[in-house]
Amino acid sequence: MFDAAIHKKLRDFSLDLTISAGPGEVVVLMGENGAGKSSALTIISGLITPDTGLIRLDGTVLFDSGTGMNVLAENRRIGYVFQNSAVFPHLSVQDNIAFGLRARHKNPVFIRERVRHWLKTMNIEDLAEVRAGNLSGGQKQRVALARALATEPALLMLDEPFTALDAENIRLVKDLTRAFVTEMAISCLVVTHRVSDCRDVGDRVCVICKGKKEWEGKPENLPACTCRNGDV
Amino acid sequence: MNPTRIFSGKIRRIITCIGAAILIASITLYLALPVAALFLRTTPDLFFSTLSTPQVINALFLSLTTSVVSLAIVILVGTPFAYVHCRNEYPGKVIVDTLIDLPLVLPPAVAGLALLVLWGRVGLLGQYLSLFGISIAFTTLAVIMAQIFVASPFYLRQAKSLFEQLDPAYEQTARTLGASPLRTFALITLPLTANGLISGAVMTFGRALGEFGATIMFAGNLPGVTQTMPLAVYVGLEGNLSVGLTISILLVLISFAIMIAVRLLARGGTFRV
Repeated sequence: MFDAAIHKKLRDFSLDLTISAGPGEVVVLMGENGAGKSSALTIISGLITPDTGLIRLDGTVLFDSGTGMNVLAENRRIGYVFQNSAVFPHLSVQDNIAFGLRARHKNPVFIRERVRHWLKTMNIEDLAEVRAGNLSGGQKQRVALARALATEPALLMLDEPFTALDAENIRLVKDLTRAFVTEMAISCLVVTHRVSDCRDVGDRVCVICKGKKEWEGKPENLPACTCRNGDV
Repeated sequence: MNPTRIFSGKIRRIITCIGAAILIASITLYLALPVAALFLRTTPDLFFSTLSTPQVINALFLSLTTSVVSLAIVILVGTPFAYVHCRNEYPGKVIVDTLIDLPLVLPPAVAGLALLVLWGRVGLLGQYLSLFGISIAFTTLAVIMAQIFVASPFYLRQAKSLFEQLDPAYEQTARTLGASPLRTFALITLPLTANGLISGAVMTFGRALGEFGATIMFAGNLPGVTQTMPLAVYVGLEGNLSVGLTISILLVLISFAIMIAVRLLARGGTFRV
């Protein structure tokens, strides 16, 4: 179970959000570019510190401005796939997947086994030795997803995971995301600006406009225009 | 079509080609002829016999060792400095930026004089070191300090620009995957900027090797102690010209090797993202 209440003064507006996601639930953060969606993910991941707030994950407090608790980004057990997927281009596919496990000093035998498992699951076994910089967009996204899930995170966050992908890969990545979140019973936040993505992968949608939650509900109930400015 | 117009078009093309050829040839010759003159002024026999004289060997050894030490210091201190400088905002950052670039436009002789009035026997700080019997000016250490002062901007500017251009998503992803800032720097930041850093290091080495003005002002011209290759070339002009020519040819060859290395590294360049 993940829940967060965060406040952060950004350059143009204040981000004031309350978000929660249960095990196996995909919550979609939707809004125009610059609405504060990605900033929210960066704050939750621990890469930016909010001004005030409380972030909890599976009963563990990750950030509490009241007590001064602030768990470092590397210790938060959050899998974060960035917008451009950010696979490490100088490393092979298998080294990308192993990166998080090595960083957490896992047993080499365990790492080999997990990497093999994720290569097979993502159907990228033949790319194991290929440098990630030479992959196509869809392949990169699968590597990034495998790399994030290999560390067995309690929360998976995907920032615009379907942009820059062709229709076939969008379908594939959506199916994979949905399947793993359900199977691993982890919470998941997906940032997108497309209504179709909400309906395909989301259990719940939060529409964000200038740092504030404008609407929350089931994807099928998503109104045509939710933002006061009529942006979405 | 009018034959006169075709003819005039052809003439215009020929004139353009001749003009371009003259331009390219004149620039190329202007740059290449002085270098060629160095090679033509000596013979292979004279070159190789002079190469083994103590003056040349001492200058070569001193230049290479001091340049390597300078480069090592610049890399070891400059890399973390450039990274911290890029990733943080702090008061006076603009001033620090300007100071990094200053040695590039400062005449080397002025740099040497500045070092002398700071670290010299009666200098601002040097006078206190003298109390403990420590003397920096006119020693091999002064050669290294002069080289670092003059050559370090080549590396620092390059490192700064590389760290600034690197997509922060790589480092941020590594952090969320459990990597400490140090591990992230070693396994992600450095490898992704390595080619550019090496090319900056090669340029720094080349500049340190060719350093003359600051060295002669701050370190003097003592054979075997502070007389580097460029200083030995200068001395050669007044005495044995073949020594000057031999060292000059060596420096030209090293410079060529440096430029080729930089070009190869630039071509091997960046990773596709």
